[in-house]
Amino acid sequence: MAKRAIWGALVVLLVIAAAYASFFVAPTENSMGEIQRIFYLHAASGWAGMTAFFVCFVANIFYVLGRKQKWDWIGVSAAEVGLAFTTVLLITGPIWAHPVWGIWWTWDARLTSTFILWMLYIAYLLLRGMLEEPDRRALLSAVFGIFAFIDVPLVFGAIRWWRTQHPQPVIMGGPGSGLEPTMRKVFFFSVLAMHALMVLLLSERYRLEKTRDEFLEVQREAEAG
Amino acid sequence: MSLLSNAAVLLGKELRTEFRSRELLTTTVVFILMVVVLFSFTFDTSSAESKRFAPGLLWLAFLFAASLMLQPCFLREQNNDTLSALRLSVSDPFAIFLAKLAANTLFLLLTELLMLPVFSILFNVPAGPVVAPLILVFFLGSLGISVAGTALSAISAQARMRELMLPILLLPLLTPVLIASAEATAALLDPAHAFRKDWVGFLAIFDVVFLTAMWLFGEYLLEE
Repeated sequence: MAKRAIWGALVVLLVIAAAYASFFVAPTENSMGEIQRIFYLHAASGWAGMTAFFVCFVANIFYVLGRKQKWDWIGVSAAEVGLAFTTVLLITGPIWAHPVWGIWWTWDARLTSTFILWMLYIAYLLLRGMLEEPDRRALLSAVFGIFAFIDVPLVFGAIRWWRTQHPQPVIMGGPGSGLEPTMRKVFFFSVLAMHALMVLLLSERYRLEKTRDEFLEVQREAEAG
Repeated sequence: MSLLSNAAVLLGKELRTEFRSRELLTTTVVFILMVVVLFSFTFDTSSAESKRFAPGLLWLAFLFAASLMLQPCFLREQNNDTLSALRLSVSDPFAIFLAKLAANTLFLLLTELLMLPVFSILFNVPAGPVVAPLILVFFLGSLGISVAGTALSAISAQARMRELMLPILLLPLLTPVLIASAEATAALLDPAHAFRKDWVGFLAIFDVVFLTAMWLFGEYLLEE
């Protein structure tokens, strides 16, 4: 209990420090101004979300091959947490885009593929809700999770290839490309903070899933007895 | 070799079941026709605009049709309690998938080829000179839809709200197929009749990737 509380407090401090750094340490960007500071939350959440989806994919493979319940719990926790971070990514994107590009949304390659990725994991979670029997739910959703993750590079490839053949309304430089040194440091600090938060949320969500399972076990025993 | 001969026998069974009633084919053709006609209300069909939009809309109609057509694929086995018999009859469960996806590809390709002249007349896009490469694009696109769709219909058949779950699982997964097929079709139907090797190659890559994934993980979907 104490360990969890300390670990949680550390992560909260880290996130506060990252927020402080992005507001007060990082220099103001020349052309975009203050709004550019949302980048540290936006891109760092994106990276943390992708890591979570990768964790989900690995957990799905381990579940299919080994059938240990804990991999199912990790899988669903990682998918939910990844979805939360991707949602932050998709919400902070338009907030940043509107003052800078003049539009909330554009069907640019990166935006579109992130949107599809987000929908794939919504489908994964919806599917879990529609499968009753726990073992079946774990297995079938794991296989779908594997298919979805395999699809991601194809989605990114197709959309990028297709969109870049058309004139683009906006061109977004990759994060880290030509970033000013202080900005770079603040950015990677934010990435670290968001990953710590992601791991914290994931482990808490995992505990919840585990406790839920134990509760159902006790309930079954009580009914049987 | 037993994998292929098993799959061939099962494919025969799938084809016999369908061609006895032709239920699936008839309803799918009508459905696609309906969607194509409805699409014509959503944009100006006389302009050059329609030439640009039409191939994409055609593939969208194919995709929607497939997400409905693939429903009974495993559901029928489940409703008739024939899935375990099917499993026992083959040494490798991949044969079941292979037969079903071959049948689905064939059905889809057949409906698409039936729709092509209708589409060509309705939207005034001559397809005559490019029929052979179009068939290749239709085949690779249908194969991609069927590979992913057959696997996912084995999943959705076991879920609640399965009629809605299959499109929800399938449509985002098939975005690459939609883009590549629509682009390849558009280039072929363009007056220049360009054969886009890059998009056709991309479709082939998609098919191979998902065939491999199905070969590796498909059997888990049929566990009792």
